[in-house]
Amino acid sequence: MGVIEGEKRQFMTGNEVVAWAALAAGAKAMFGYPITPQNEIMHYWTRMAPEYGLKFLQTEDELSAGFATLGGALAGTITFCATAGPGNVLMQEPISMAEMMRVPAVWVIQQRGGPSTATVIYSQQETRLTCLGGNGEGLRIVYSTASHQDMFDYVIKAFWAAWKFRFPAFVLGDGYQAKMREPVTIYDPEGAGVELPVAAPILKPSGVPSVDREPVHMRNTFNIEEELMDVLMEHIRDYSEMAPQIVESEKYLCEDAEILVVAHGIVWRSAKEAVLGLRERGVSAGAFRPITLRPFPEDDLRAAARTAELIVVAESAYGQLESMVRDRLYRIQVPIKGILKPGVGITAEEIVEGVTQLAEMSRSEG
Amino acid sequence: MIFELADKGLRPKAWRSETKPHRFCPGCGHGIILKGLADVIDELGIHELGVFACDIGCSLLSWDFFNLDSVQTHHGRTVPVVVGLKKVRPDLTVVAYVGDGGGYSIGLQHLISSAVRNDPVTVVLANNTLYAMTGGQMAPTTLSGQKTSTTPYGRSIEETGPPFMGPEIVSAAASDSAYVARGSVTRFPELKQILKKALLNQMLRSSFSFVEFLSSCPTNWRTKPADTLKFVNEDMARTFPLKEHRVPKDLS
Repeated sequence: MGVIEGEKRQFMTGNEVVAWAALAAGAKAMFGYPITPQNEIMHYWTRMAPEYGLKFLQTEDELSAGFATLGGALAGTITFCATAGPGNVLMQEPISMAEMMRVPAVWVIQQRGGPSTATVIYSQQETRLTCLGGNGEGLRIVYSTASHQDMFDYVIKAFWAAWKFRFPAFVLGDGYQAKMREPVTIYDPEGAGVELPVAAPILKPSGVPSVDREPVHMRNTFNIEEELMDVLMEHIRDYSEMAPQIVESEKYLCEDAEILVVAHGIVWRSAKEAVLGLRERGVSAGAFRPITLRPFPEDDLRAAARTAELIVVAESAYGQLESMVRDRLYRIQVPIKGILKPGVGITAEEIVEGVTQLAEMSRSEG
Repeated sequence: MIFELADKGLRPKAWRSETKPHRFCPGCGHGIILKGLADVIDELGIHELGVFACDIGCSLLSWDFFNLDSVQTHHGRTVPVVVGLKKVRPDLTVVAYVGDGGGYSIGLQHLISSAVRNDPVTVVLANNTLYAMTGGQMAPTTLSGQKTSTTPYGRSIEETGPPFMGPEIVSAAASDSAYVARGSVTRFPELKQILKKALLNQMLRSSFSFVEFLSSCPTNWRTKPADTLKFVNEDMARTFPLKEHRVPKDLS
């Protein structure tokens, strides 16, 4: 039996949900460094630690937390890390190594405003950084959550995906989701038929190196550029093969939508509400949400945009999702506009108003 | 010749023959430190439970040096990687092998913090007074007046501060349980004794060890063999005294 018996209805903060989900997924170690708004993940984890035999180390910085996370994962323990903002910037260094060495690990990112430090409550400005940060090719899995239920479900899924495909996996939340309380059903994943990660030691599998088996030599150094490219092309091929098994999206009233609102994370909740508001005004609107931002559900997006005459991206950043959408809809003969509010939340009413104005502008541009 | 001798059983078992000769320049001190480490790994019998981790710069050339599972990283992050390994697998014996740039400059926070926490890990640092792999730039350990590619007229202490005294500073931060010492590649029997204590302090006492070795870089120093030895034994040793800074009572 898992750590949660059956199903339990709870009213808790997103950070608490993350700690429970990590525990339910079988995580045994966390490394972290204080930064708002993810701190309570560490608080809950350390409180749970004695009861469940969990490991934790508060490191000297995020670089150390990230690299120690990789050490734990290399040793075959399901390990994770959580951070935000400038911590996410530092975290890109260990994450790049995880990508290249194919070390599985999970990062929970509770976004905050930027650049640099800024506000701590809410933002979607770490979208691009989380998807594509580091000196590499963005070989990561990024789930963007819109509710506490998502937090619980996708934290568990992120552990599964990271260990199954050996790419670093992220759950991209934000300060609202981290700090607010809302109802959530936490459950024993095994009982619910949810797949769990299976971890094996990458370093120190059984046997004496060079006696029973070859030594494992993990490295990120190559003698020539072509050698690097060969290794990387293999990773890229694996990533491409994985993508169809990972991509997820959600559609809302898209079948006949002339206006398609695209949003991720918590803005998705406003987008859905806005679609109803627009429909009340006689506008046939629909909404599309990429759940995975990396890999991006581009086929789903194209299908959702089939009947669209205008696409509006709503996000709490200045065009980070919008540029992804534009890229994926290259050559589409439909205007793509944005309701872009960097670092600020977006209400359904704002989307209704914004879409109405953009639709008028679009008609007059004709 | 030397390889024929080695094949007659004179080469340490921990030394991976398939990757020899190693990749270091002639006259480099890394090979001596790693040979000493291989001997000590043999002596302590830790092939099965040992993990070797190396850093960026010349130290990374040791990524496949041993018949040991190993991992290579960069910028002194080798220390948190082995801290993470050790946290979840306390039965392992872990060694982080770094240079003076990784250990004393870009990754100093990791080294110092690990010492403060008394993490049960062993950190081995090669001090060759400069960044060798990148072309011989000034390092925290560059001697006063020493010419490097970024101090072409000699290191100015007024502008850049004095050479970084690694074991002295780490031992000030470390606990009484820690083993902290400085040795030299020109004193091989002592080097092995130091490495042995540094590993035993982790294995038997679950405590932190940090050891620095004065090492040689004739390629960047542009020295002939005799001058290379002289630089280590005289110039470097004058600034960096060979000494055990912290020896737990039951380890000496």
